[in-house]
Amino acid sequence: MAGTGEIRSCSDGGLCKSAGKRLTTEFLSCIKCQVKLTKQQANWSPYDNGGSCVAVAGADYCVVAADTRMSSGYNILTRDYSKICKLADKCVMASSGFQADVKALQKLLAARHLIYQHQHNKQMSCPAMAQLLSNTLYYKRFFPYYSFNVLGGLDSEGKGCVFTYDAVGSYEKVGYSSQGSGSTLIMPFLDNQLKSPSPLLLPALDAVTPLSESEAVDLVKTVFASATERDIYTGDKLEIVIINAEGIRREYMELRKD
Amino acid sequence: MFRNQYDTDVTTWSPAGRLFQVEYAMEAVKQGSAAIGLRSKTHVVLACVNKANSELSSHQKKIFKVDDHIGVAIAGLTADGRVLSRYMRSECINHSFNYESPLPVGRLVVQLADKAQVCTQRSWKRPFGVGLLVGGLDESGAHLYYNCPSGNYFEYQAFAIGSRSQAAKTYLERRFENFTDSSREDLIRDALIATRETLQGEKLRSSICTISVLGVGEPFHILDQETVQKLIDTFELVAEEEGPNAEPDADAGEGVAPDQGDVPDQSAAADQGVAPMDL
Repeated sequence: MAGTGEIRSCSDGGLCKSAGKRLTTEFLSCIKCQVKLTKQQANWSPYDNGGSCVAVAGADYCVVAADTRMSSGYNILTRDYSKICKLADKCVMASSGFQADVKALQKLLAARHLIYQHQHNKQMSCPAMAQLLSNTLYYKRFFPYYSFNVLGGLDSEGKGCVFTYDAVGSYEKVGYSSQGSGSTLIMPFLDNQLKSPSPLLLPALDAVTPLSESEAVDLVKTVFASATERDIYTGDKLEIVIINAEGIRREYMELRKD
Repeated sequence: MFRNQYDTDVTTWSPAGRLFQVEYAMEAVKQGSAAIGLRSKTHVVLACVNKANSELSSHQKKIFKVDDHIGVAIAGLTADGRVLSRYMRSECINHSFNYESPLPVGRLVVQLADKAQVCTQRSWKRPFGVGLLVGGLDESGAHLYYNCPSGNYFEYQAFAIGSRSQAAKTYLERRFENFTDSSREDLIRDALIATRETLQGEKLRSSICTISVLGVGEPFHILDQETVQKLIDTFELVAEEEGPNAEPDADAGEGVAPDQGDVPDQSAAADQGVAPMDL
């Protein structure tokens, strides 16, 4: 790796003056860039309002939950902001990230849903909305919606389904998912509790959890309580939306306010 | 006498100062099957006679939901009507998106009228062959407008367009002064009676008419056939006893009210189970 004979350029990037020049050091970047790298810097973006979202699919229900804290940097903007939006009768989306982009996205999808209803005389199914959301996000591939979404609902057969997205529309149907600032804390826990015994089993086991609706709601509450402990951007209140054959209902739970 | 010389295209005036193509377009409206609209202070009812091409086919859709607070009934070239409804829906959605509030009806009809006017002043277009009864609710109350192919629009308390609409208009002219303070049920009843007038003796059944209602606290929706049939049965009974020209109000009030008190609840429950843009 090291050696004065090799031609290497500073690995820190294109702006470095040493780019392309032979380095006579053992390190992978020139001294100047290294110094820059090690300097402590505050690291937050005003384009992130924080928060976490979770969705869990069951055999005949779907639970979508998100906290209600909106923050900017180290400040709390409000403790009571809903990140969850009902897109169709049996389809609910929770989004974390930059809430202005989330709001714009929700409005767009609501308008598109109205057009769909005018044209097709019926509500959009959850899988259809999932594809629409993906296309809408990719449409802005080169100036993305800073929105990390989970879509939850019932498919046309009444089974629970959850779709998880990245900011530019890559999506997958899963049995459960989390997005947002607390997702790194939440996802491993959900994997532990909900992941099917073996993804190698053929035919592939259904991704939806065998848990009952109340068990799933309890799991979600537990998960958020834990995430709130360690993620500063998650807390205040938890909003839970449960979709089942009877319709949609909402529950709230207080979370730690610190 | 000179009509034929000046009616080839819409951009030619006649010596008398008329645009014959536009007038012919208004004739097309008169050929379509009847559409009726009436309004009170808080509700608008649109009704239409269903016309089917043949016994084997389904009837044409003449009443369209434009938004929760606006509905439209058309008469004439239904294809033109469909296109205009799509335009109206699009305008409502855009307005809601930009301003987070429902598009006021008065604005929508002006946009519609301007769109119709364009077609009266372009040599490569033809006027729309459809008359629209636009009923809507906004902050200033309930409204009913009639949009002509000519690009004119008028506001009405009650109106009827299409074939044999004169019979309905005669009935409405007799009764319109009461409409402002009418209850929702009375308004629907008047709409059904007016519809019956256009049928000239043919029996009024729920399969040949469509009724839609919108009002305060009640988004636009089309009543389903069962509800309409029940309403027809309720007042038709009364009408047979009293005679079609009598004032059914006084006596019928007590007899009709308990039945119709039940029906709106059922229709509300039934409608909630049905898709939003239902027929």
